[in-house]
Amino acid sequence: MKEFLYIIRGGQEVYEKNSPEEMQKHMQHWEQWMGGLAQNGQLIGGQPLMTEGKTLIDNGSKVIDRPLAEGKELIGGYLLIKADSLDNAADIAKGCPSFEYGCSVEVREISPME
Amino acid sequence: MENHNHINTTVNHLFREESGKMVAVLIKIFGAENIELAEDVVQDALVKALETWKYRGMPDNPRAWLYRTAKNKAIDIIRRNKHSTLIDFSDPKKQLLTSNYTLNATMNNYWQENHIKDDFLAMMYACCHPNISQENQITFILKSLCGFSTKEVAKSFLTSEDTISKRLYRTKEYFRKHKIKPTIPGPDAIATKTSTVLSAIYLLFNEGYNSTHADQLIRKDLIEQAMLLCKSLLSSERTQLPEVYALMALLCFHAARIQSRTTPDGELILLHKQDRKIWDKALIAKGEEYLNKAAFGNMISTFHLEAAIAYEHCNAKKYQDTNWVSILSYYDLLLKIGYDPIVFLNRCLVILELDGPVKALEALERVKENKVLQQYYVYHATLGEIQQRLGDHAKAITYYQTAIKLTQSKQEQKFLKDKIAKLLN
Repeated sequence: MKEFLYIIRGGQEVYEKNSPEEMQKHMQHWEQWMGGLAQNGQLIGGQPLMTEGKTLIDNGSKVIDRPLAEGKELIGGYLLIKADSLDNAADIAKGCPSFEYGCSVEVREISPME
Repeated sequence: MENHNHINTTVNHLFREESGKMVAVLIKIFGAENIELAEDVVQDALVKALETWKYRGMPDNPRAWLYRTAKNKAIDIIRRNKHSTLIDFSDPKKQLLTSNYTLNATMNNYWQENHIKDDFLAMMYACCHPNISQENQITFILKSLCGFSTKEVAKSFLTSEDTISKRLYRTKEYFRKHKIKPTIPGPDAIATKTSTVLSAIYLLFNEGYNSTHADQLIRKDLIEQAMLLCKSLLSSERTQLPEVYALMALLCFHAARIQSRTTPDGELILLHKQDRKIWDKALIAKGEEYLNKAAFGNMISTFHLEAAIAYEHCNAKKYQDTNWVSILSYYDLLLKIGYDPIVFLNRCLVILELDGPVKALEALERVKENKVLQQYYVYHATLGEIQQRLGDHAKAITYYQTAIKLTQSKQEQKFLKDKIAKLLN
């Protein structure tokens, strides 16, 4: 099996407006979806990211106090998974609960170590 | 001050009932190689409860408060140890504890009411693994599942804290080495495995029931805990076996008579002199209910028969009304299930009631070479009683004196000395 990175973007604005009950439900969906991946031995790991960040530009000579992207483009989290192919990985990504918040998920194969 | 006492009592009670369940859930989360970590979390939660409640008063739901605190502490520990080798996260379910996407929801799952109950039962089975000595089994049960301190366990077994610590260490090492994963046994193994659990519960009950203890509080605590453990087996459909109901009935019948067994000073009172009016009728009725429920399946266990015997005693309005004939038939059945010299001795006591001292002595002839009985004070006390009834006071006194040397219990020694004194007067 190959390894893939899911880059999850956006969703923060909607997410922050949610009630605790909605949050809890949402987190249960994550548990179910990632639980399925774990059961199949396809989950490697992954975490949500904090919104703050620093970006180094101009070959590292300049540091700005925020990530480059904002809003829909801001990376909100990542996941590492195993799948047979890029198409298969994309199919799996369709179940990602982040879509409940209007996120986008970019699926990228990790360059294998050979 | 009164308020503080109230909080202390509530916390003690809560701790006895809940700590074992919390430990069981935490062992499931951290793994059986981290039993101490699980116990520490529970201990911390309790200390925090005591401190907080003293200043802010009791919360509406102390139990939920305690569980929430333990759960949050567990989350902290997992966050801190996500990358260490302390906890094995390789199990797919536990893997979800390592991501912030799933940590909270997964943790909440572990603390669902039905899971808690099963984890506790699973721990009971794990503690009673046949490779762990029975002594170590009940030591571990008291410490980890009943919320006893090492000191209290030492008091329960009339031994040193050091001995208890060693026993606990050995059991924990066993869990660690063999990577024990507590589970409720499947249908094909449940009957045999439950038998070992029941023996441990019965042993625990007897520690409290037998009069070797001067400390009334410890005795009461042990009896309550044993009954609680047995009841928890009855709370799950998977473990509602006839034998469990039978033991529960037996414990009720015995417990119903506790008040009448000793004087306020702790001196022994024999069955025929006990005040039957103070027997706990509600508990006897409960016992009957359990005994009726025990009557399914095709197996009669020793607990069934012992419960039936105890029931006959509870059911007799006066000592003279005791149905010795049915009691004798139960003893016969007990001996058919498995020969046990102590049971045989008890059967001889029934014969003494039914047919008198000559027949009883004849029956005892058959076991006079038995090594277990030679060391058992009741055997010599029985021979003394028989000789006393036959009128041979000198012989009776010799037997009573041997019996005194063989028991550690102050009450029993006093009881036998009183008998000698009466014969001499």
